Amino acid sequence: MIELWYSLLESMVPFSWIEYDFMKNALLAVLLVSPVFGLLGTMVVSNRMAFFSDAIGHAALTGIAIGVILGLCDPLWAMLIFAAILAVAITWARGHTEASADTVIGVFFSATVALGVVILSRGGAFNRYSQYLIGDLLSISPQEIYLVGIVLLIVLLFWAFFFNRLFLLSFNATVARSRGVRTSLVETAFAVLLALTVTISIQWIGILIINALLILPAAAARNLAQSMRTYHLLAVSISLLSGIVGLFMSYQWGTATGATIVLCCFGLYLGTIAFKALRK
Amino acid sequence: MINKNKTSKCDLCCTRLEKFGVKIGKNVLLHDVDLHIHCGELTGLIGPNGAGKSTLLKAMTGELPFTGKLSFLDAKELRTGHPLIGYVPQHLDLDKGSPASVLDFCAACISSFPVWISHTRTDKQRIMENLARFQAEHLINRRISNLSGGELQRVLLACALDPIPDLLLLDEPVAGVDPRGLEIFYNMVSDLRRDYDLSILMVSHDHAMISQFADRIVLLDKTVLAAGNPRAVLHDPNFVRLFGARLTLETYHNQSGTMTRHHPAVRFSND
Repeated sequence: MIELWYSLLESMVPFSWIEYDFMKNALLAVLLVSPVFGLLGTMVVSNRMAFFSDAIGHAALTGIAIGVILGLCDPLWAMLIFAAILAVAITWARGHTEASADTVIGVFFSATVALGVVILSRGGAFNRYSQYLIGDLLSISPQEIYLVGIVLLIVLLFWAFFFNRLFLLSFNATVARSRGVRTSLVETAFAVLLALTVTISIQWIGILIINALLILPAAAARNLAQSMRTYHLLAVSISLLSGIVGLFMSYQWGTATGATIVLCCFGLYLGTIAFKALRK
Repeated sequence: MINKNKTSKCDLCCTRLEKFGVKIGKNVLLHDVDLHIHCGELTGLIGPNGAGKSTLLKAMTGELPFTGKLSFLDAKELRTGHPLIGYVPQHLDLDKGSPASVLDFCAACISSFPVWISHTRTDKQRIMENLARFQAEHLINRRISNLSGGELQRVLLACALDPIPDLLLLDEPVAGVDPRGLEIFYNMVSDLRRDYDLSILMVSHDHAMISQFADRIVLLDKTVLAAGNPRAVLHDPNFVRLFGARLTLETYHNQSGTMTRHHPAVRFSND
């Protein structure tokens, strides 16, 4: 299947960089991962969960640390399980304490990051894990691309079957409840889905900037959208466009791909603000 | 203004709360609430801040866990289980930038077809009709975050009445609705109870307005302190204790000035 993609690109794309397999892999990954971040981002922004997703991203450090302690060579499973548990814990704590969501997340955030850094820095070995801070999209392998494809499929299915409930919940929990929505279940499911997606993408995007990819496309789309349909259409388009342009620019400049994509996103965000101002 | 959908009158059916209580942690928010809410009646729920008025509504929708019994009985006094509840919140958790349209919100209420893809024609038609009952059909493509308080309340009411619930719970808007808009809102709610034979429970902060429109008033402060017709409750010692001066209904009517239009609910004002 991946060969089909290679030959398709070679026959259609007239740029020299397409000769490299790692660029073809990266492009396919961008095409798959951008819609995921565009879609999830719309609800992260609407539900004011930006801090939550940031905390989950940073908690990946602890996931890696747990993986190291358990002696796993690929810490992904440890990261995923830890992120899911953390997502459930934060959602539960938000519903069961009087403290504000910011405070609850802040507490978990700092504790998990500290724990991760303490474990990973034992014997001054932290540098070995700094790849997770910045991420390397160009290193993605065909097997990992399949994993991203599965994530996209799961997000699309969740969005098709649960979006309306999540959407109602973002307006008012009691209204959602009166409509028969099992509010805590939907809320937790979304938090876990978000946590898993962020965690899977960490190694290619990087802990430091992954949250920007969730927030920026949706934030830009909100400046122009007049309905949920245009909101999603714009968020996914902006995400895709900045992903493709960012990948190409990072190749040209020899810069980190994830960060370059984020800068493109930010450029588009500024563009939407300017457009909105001019339209008035 | 509203079509009659329910043909059979059932003056006997009611929603019944027995030993109803809500406890969060060690905090008792409500205890031993006994209430009967009859069909075709508008019950006003009043009480001081923190009395548990909104908590009662939230628990009745099932959002908060409760102790005791909540049952819905039809005309023959047969239990029909948990009532179908329509709920109109005090406000929505929206910021000004939210791009959701009125159509998106209404469609998410009645349909599982994902609103981020599109809307089915039948859903759109149904929503148009619902909104038209409250003169809100022109709002359908507006951003819900750009509506005025009164417009939003009409949209929320239109959504809460599809499907027609057994029990309509309303949390009166306190902000963003001018006195005129509030009166229109009370009039609409008041018409609903007769046209649909609905049980309505409405949290109110405006004692003058609610005593004009409600059939019964319940004074709540952690539990039911007084219940009965508006005149009786407003003269109840508990009411006087909580709200200070013993204001008569006549004083209220003078205060409300222009809004003393004839209405069945104000029948007690002449006796």
